[in-house]
Amino acid sequence: MKNDKIIIANKEFNSRLIVGTGKYKSMSECAKAIKLSGAEIVTVAVRRVNITDKKKPLLMDYIDPKKITYLPNTAGCFNSEEALRTLRLAREIGGWKLVKLEVLGDKQNLFPDMIETLKSTEVLAKEGFKVMVYCNDDPLMAKRLENSGADAIMPLAAPIGSGLGIQNKTNIQIIRKQTKLPLIIDAGLGQASDATIAMELGCDGVLVNTAIAKAKKPFDMALAFKNAVIAGRQSFLAGRINKYLYGIASSPKTGIIK
Amino acid sequence: MKKIKKIKIKVNGKFKSISENWKISDLVKHLKIPIKKVAIELNQEIIDKKNVSKISLKKNDKVEIVHFIGGG
Repeated sequence: MKNDKIIIANKEFNSRLIVGTGKYKSMSECAKAIKLSGAEIVTVAVRRVNITDKKKPLLMDYIDPKKITYLPNTAGCFNSEEALRTLRLAREIGGWKLVKLEVLGDKQNLFPDMIETLKSTEVLAKEGFKVMVYCNDDPLMAKRLENSGADAIMPLAAPIGSGLGIQNKTNIQIIRKQTKLPLIIDAGLGQASDATIAMELGCDGVLVNTAIAKAKKPFDMALAFKNAVIAGRQSFLAGRINKYLYGIASSPKTGIIK
Repeated sequence: MKKIKKIKIKVNGKFKSISENWKISDLVKHLKIPIKKVAIELNQEIIDKKNVSKISLKKNDKVEIVHFIGGG
């Protein structure tokens, strides 16, 4: 496990857990949870500066972008134009090229609009962005994103914030088999074991926000997810046994007292 | 002394009255915004932060100033 680093857009990271910075009660709670999670990448949103209340705390005062990689995200964008505008602004803030593209298509289920997502990926890749793309768990679309210049494929486990865990393990496994790009499960995880399952399927990492931020004890859950990702990765690398329908005894059948 | 005329612009969706001779840098200074932590759009065009002291503001200009906040 020593040199088991995840490489995203030519950059190495030790932690395979990416965490979101939304939905926490306070900035200090968010910063502490991130520290406990061991995450080296955090997603952030781009929004208007509050020009009337200047005392509002700034994210950068709590999470140092020199120590933790900020991953600007287009959450809340419902078409390519909005997403591109958001990420170009993010780049201007401080040269961020590694970004997470998320173009939503439906306000209720928050599923990604894959047509707009694909269009945006092409444009961003041409403009020199390193794009990690939130997508459906559809192997064909994942392939198209890869061909369009995506730097990481980020299929959902289930709808954003739903906490349902991985709904389609088969598709995730097919995507795993077909791509060498970093495969990161994004959205829909509910508890630490969901992250372990993702890692055991061979995913390179997971992205979690709500499951930590809205847990009854966010700090404990941050630590649980950290351990769960490590456990899942170790289990995957260790190589699981084959499945059998019937029992196979663990103790020798010989030398039994009669 | 000639009084400097005031003009109205929109900053982050809110009307703001500023002096006619203001550059973008004057607005940023006035709002006490840490320029290293934001990006600025003028009428939907991203401004290169190196040029804020060169670009003048005109009547009805729309300025957007954004930064990073917590998000998933």
